[in-house]
Amino acid sequence: MAKINGKDPVLVVVQLTGGLDFMNTLIPYTSEAYHEARPTVGVAADDVLPMNDTLGWHPAAGALKELYDAGNVAVVQGIGYENSNRSHFRAMDIWHTTEPLKVSTEGWLARVTRDIDPNTENPLTAVSFGRGLPRALAAPGVTATSVGDLDHFGLMTKIEAEQERAQDLDIFKRMYTPSVGTGVVGDYLAQTGRDVLAGIDMLRDVPSQYSSTVEYASNPIANALRDVARVHTAGLGTRVFYTQHAGYDYHALEPETHPRLLTELTQALSDFMADLREHNASEEVTVMVFTEFGRRIKDNGSGTDHGSGGGAYIIGDHVDGGLYSEYPSVKPEDWLYGEDLRHTIDFRGIYGTVLEQWMKMDPTQIVNGTFEQITPYKVTAA
Amino acid sequence: MASEAIELRAHLMRRVGVGATRDELEALEDRPYEEIVEELLNPEEPANRDADLFDRYFPALRSPDVPVGTSSVWIFNIANGGSPLREKMALFWHHVFATGWYKGEHGPSIITQIAMFRENGLGNLHQILLDLSRNPSMLSWLDNCQNHAGDINENYGRELLELFSMGIGAYSEDDIKAAARAFTGWTFEQPIPLYPTGGYDSSFIYRADDHDDDEKTFLGRTGNLNGEDIIDVIVGQEATPRFLGRHLYNFFVADEEQVPAWSIDPPRDPEAIDQLVASFTESDGDMTAVMRTLLNSEFFKSARYQRVKSPAELVGSAIKLANWPQDPDPAILTWSPATAAMGQKLMDPPSVEGWHTGKEWLDGGTLSERVNFAVEQVMDTSKPGVQSIVSRIASSNGAVEPDAFVDQVLDLAGPVPASEDTRKVLAEFASEEGPLTFGSDDEREHSEARIGRMLQLVVSSPEYQFA
Repeated sequence: MAKINGKDPVLVVVQLTGGLDFMNTLIPYTSEAYHEARPTVGVAADDVLPMNDTLGWHPAAGALKELYDAGNVAVVQGIGYENSNRSHFRAMDIWHTTEPLKVSTEGWLARVTRDIDPNTENPLTAVSFGRGLPRALAAPGVTATSVGDLDHFGLMTKIEAEQERAQDLDIFKRMYTPSVGTGVVGDYLAQTGRDVLAGIDMLRDVPSQYSSTVEYASNPIANALRDVARVHTAGLGTRVFYTQHAGYDYHALEPETHPRLLTELTQALSDFMADLREHNASEEVTVMVFTEFGRRIKDNGSGTDHGSGGGAYIIGDHVDGGLYSEYPSVKPEDWLYGEDLRHTIDFRGIYGTVLEQWMKMDPTQIVNGTFEQITPYKVTAA
Repeated sequence: MASEAIELRAHLMRRVGVGATRDELEALEDRPYEEIVEELLNPEEPANRDADLFDRYFPALRSPDVPVGTSSVWIFNIANGGSPLREKMALFWHHVFATGWYKGEHGPSIITQIAMFRENGLGNLHQILLDLSRNPSMLSWLDNCQNHAGDINENYGRELLELFSMGIGAYSEDDIKAAARAFTGWTFEQPIPLYPTGGYDSSFIYRADDHDDDEKTFLGRTGNLNGEDIIDVIVGQEATPRFLGRHLYNFFVADEEQVPAWSIDPPRDPEAIDQLVASFTESDGDMTAVMRTLLNSEFFKSARYQRVKSPAELVGSAIKLANWPQDPDPAILTWSPATAAMGQKLMDPPSVEGWHTGKEWLDGGTLSERVNFAVEQVMDTSKPGVQSIVSRIASSNGAVEPDAFVDQVLDLAGPVPASEDTRKVLAEFASEEGPLTFGSDDEREHSEARIGRMLQLVVSSPEYQFA
């Protein structure tokens, strides 16, 4: 297995739920068409944090700009897929399963987890923080641990008598045996029950072992990335982490909501990288930030509707920072259906990039095909 | 052991509510099933009967954090109110018309929305969709307040078709735009600002001067269409009862795939959906008629334990089993946070798609929360529900052998259909200390503790995760 300085490569996925406005994150601030299309939500040229002659960061993305300027961020411009679906749910399904044309119950990261740990030797190979397990991590027979609250993770925690609790946990374990299962749900439930017990044992001491000088803000994405840092630095063998940040569906009040979310997100990412570096645990980590679609080019007088042609961000110490793929044309004659950005690279190629070049896995079966990749790493595992 | 009549009525009550105590089931045992269904469909209790009572106990219910208190009381009312189906229908529509309170600064309007579902949830679909389209919480949640003549915001128009009525595939992108245009001018009156006076409700207002009066074509109907016309067309499309019928099936009968798959994969039981569609068509969209068909059908009666309990149902079933509290108590306010930790924050769904149901309720984190909550409810053996089970077991003549001990607890807690393996594990535990005896006070106390622990194990079981 390929290593980075003796350590296994690790992937941290950050899902932005609702559809991050790519055009208002990396802004084509010199384009007249941009300002004309967005009288309400557009950011004035004077306010952007310029990156080059045509593009600038949203002023609330300063923390990400710093990481970018330090060479640690690859921006994937125009990420998407043919016939981008405008339904949040179907679109998120497509990103999670890599199947734009049919419904699949297998998540792409579940396939990754299965490849890494085919016999489920470690219930923490994949860990998701937050509410529920994302479909990306769900597949029959694949274990992924979902942690709602790392500080109070346990079973029958109210039973105070130690002996009683130990016996109850033993009985629990025997009730959740594979043969209990009748059908798919029963099998899944039995497996989940046993994984809970194994995961609890491993995670019990994580909070007390961790300390850091980095002070994260208190919001869902900062909390989640801090939890990733706590588990990653505990060295429990987790290879895939999943976190989510919701609220990006700003059909209305985008000028108020978007900067708040960008501030939360970019500061959390910056704190996370600083935290890992403090623990000498950053170089094996690559972070991939994605969202289900970009937003409509023209604003609607308050916010923006669902569109296509979004952006993704790959962050890490060994990233060869810069712009990848092409920024979708903002010229009105190039707009898809007369209203959307055209995607310039397929998202499955970016998954493939991260899997093949960072995780050193064959992505073909995982993303169901071969897609154009980019080369965003200076150093990769060997 | 419970008779088939008890088992069937227990099934019915789990689905129209969160279950019933054995005393309640025995009161129903000899009554005709269809008569019980009629009573559930036509409750005499006025909706929301306990609102004033709870307000007196918990002034905090009127704080800006309203949904926590109100959704806890909602669970209480499903379990203990006189009209469980009315409360459960409100929960059903909340699953389908998933609205979050946090987006608008008038939290009380989500409470009004749920109260509206409680009132109209068994009414005519035309009225339900009309009320929904005029609901300030919905108008704000899906931005119809930003949907203006000449400057449309298609959020509500899209989701009305995709998620609230027909499902993907029954209409085109042009239909979405036409629907959005038809709903221009449907907005709400500016409520009193949240700060400093607290949350206030809003009310619907139609702004004719902001309505797009040009000709539109929606699913074949052309004219100066307004929102009412769109709803009229929607209710007349067969796709509507087909899509909502599948929602009813998923919520009341057996777990279906997740909604995004419905435009591609056929229903689990196509004939069941056909029956619901026929009932809808014959009754012109009367939800009481559709629910009558569903609850009296063979496909419903036979679908026992075919659904993973939603967090609200899991919490409800555990507090119903403990049968405490039966009156307002501060403990009630912990129930909404409990369902949230299990993945269902009522009145605050993750998105307009609502919650993924069935198997997706279960993962390592949520299973721990479910088990921990249920165990905590039955830990205290002095609670009336536990006491009732103890008394029933104690009333047998003489000692209760370990096998009978397990079977009686499984029976009285549901009946819970334990698999052979689960039963075997529990029987081993039961036999560790031999038969239950109730001769002396000490014996009774010890047996009570053992029954309590057995109940804790039963509510931790895989089988208890299903309804």
